[in-house]
Amino acid sequence: MDSRDKVIQPRSTRFWHEALPPLLLVCFVVLVWQTVAVRSGLSAFILPSPIQVAQATYETWDILLPAIGTTMVETSIGLGIAIVFGVVIAGVMDISNLLRRSLYPILVASQTVQILAIAPLLIIWFGFGLLPKVLVVILICFFPLAVNTADGLASADPDLVALLRSMGASRNQIWRMVRLPAAMPSFFSGLRIAVTYSVVGATIAEWVGGSAGLGLYMLRSKNALATDQVFAAIVVTSVISIGLYTLVYALERAVLPWYYTTQREEHWEGAGIY
Amino acid sequence: MRKLSVELQGVSKTFHADGQSVRSLDDLTLRIEDGEFLTLIGPSGCGKSTLFNLVVGLLEPDEGDIYLEGEICRERIGRVSYMPQRDLLLPWRNILDNVIIPLELTGVPREEARGRAQSMLPLFGLEDFANSYPSALSGGMRQRAALQRTMLAEKKILLLDEPFGALDALTRRELQGWLLEVWRRFGQTVIFITHDVEEAIYLGDRVAVMSPRPGRIVKIVDVPLPRPRRQAMITEPIFSSLLAELLEALGVTI
Repeated sequence: MDSRDKVIQPRSTRFWHEALPPLLLVCFVVLVWQTVAVRSGLSAFILPSPIQVAQATYETWDILLPAIGTTMVETSIGLGIAIVFGVVIAGVMDISNLLRRSLYPILVASQTVQILAIAPLLIIWFGFGLLPKVLVVILICFFPLAVNTADGLASADPDLVALLRSMGASRNQIWRMVRLPAAMPSFFSGLRIAVTYSVVGATIAEWVGGSAGLGLYMLRSKNALATDQVFAAIVVTSVISIGLYTLVYALERAVLPWYYTTQREEHWEGAGIY
Repeated sequence: MRKLSVELQGVSKTFHADGQSVRSLDDLTLRIEDGEFLTLIGPSGCGKSTLFNLVVGLLEPDEGDIYLEGEICRERIGRVSYMPQRDLLLPWRNILDNVIIPLELTGVPREEARGRAQSMLPLFGLEDFANSYPSALSGGMRQRAALQRTMLAEKKILLLDEPFGALDALTRRELQGWLLEVWRRFGQTVIFITHDVEEAIYLGDRVAVMSPRPGRIVKIVDVPLPRPRRQAMITEPIFSSLLAELLEALGVTI
């Protein structure tokens, strides 16, 4: 059947169609958590109930808000630099096979180094300020960006490149018209992974040695056995990560309309990918 | 005899890979007149695509010479327009922006290129699809767009490599007639590769038959059918006898 014959659902129906199942599931889990926390008789510092977590969030909001600000600044700067760095590395690897073969093992090796071991060293070298946190975020985020973008650049159809060459296209024109746009979906896949890691990266760096931020809030709450506040920080971190992810997803759909055509989505839906 | 448009003189090409060498073309000679529609048939892997890559200028022959419009030509890139079997439209550009690629590459400003392409869209049946992405179009429509892109390169020589090979029989017939119509208007020299012997006869002024690898031209026949061609002509006796002659040249038992 021709996919264009199908009735396309209005946007709002579509949103609920997609958002309702996960929302219901989250509500269910929170409900179970609440029941277990209340009925089991465990003390609040072992398992606080969702209501207690919400209360802790509300009561410490004055401390949480600037902490969120600090973490967001570190995350944004780190992520921004990681994007530039990752794309540049991918571009360099694309220039020649020799460069790719030389760089790839180093990239992989950089990811095998434990962040928890590196972070304190960065604190010793660069102090308790912004720089070491930004470095940790870069270290975590540039890898998925570089690898995905490099794969995307390499994925350009060789027949397409040959066709443009036959039309007399220069290397630069082929880059601009074929290789770069072909790499965009992969770049965004990398970016989606990177943003979800970025907040966690910044938080870990603050935990290890920070003078502000959500990581420090978490560490102090843990030391004070204020488990409800630890949970509050976890929830806030998750919400920020999900928010960033959604933002990237929306950006991706705006920038790559050709990749998210109605036909393709219906095809995905039919194949059960959604 | 009319002026020659493309001439291959004793062209040979051998490929070397993994310590093996494969002789793709062997002492191939072929002359195509200005404004002629030549169809080229041959078994799979006989070097037809190599021949095109040589004429386009993506490859250089080991031996022999290639002449374009009467002159030996070493810098051929950009002088010949080539259309491969796959439409190879850029998925991130709409149809209008896809067909203007050859103009854009030669430095025509985008707006001007769009204007020129826009007025040609109806001829290719694409006027309703200017702003559609290729993924929204059927295979036949995409080939039309690929052909408009080939035409907009404004070259006198067109190389079409099985452009209808992936289409269903009905769409293929429709596009054959339409291609001849477009060709009549623009009058380029066309070399058209196909696996389909009937298609070769229906479209061509002459049909050239290539041998299995290493490829060379083993037979060239004139198609005496008048133009414009009509689908009904495929039932004429002359058509059947040409078909039999060509199938025999290809080594098919009939």
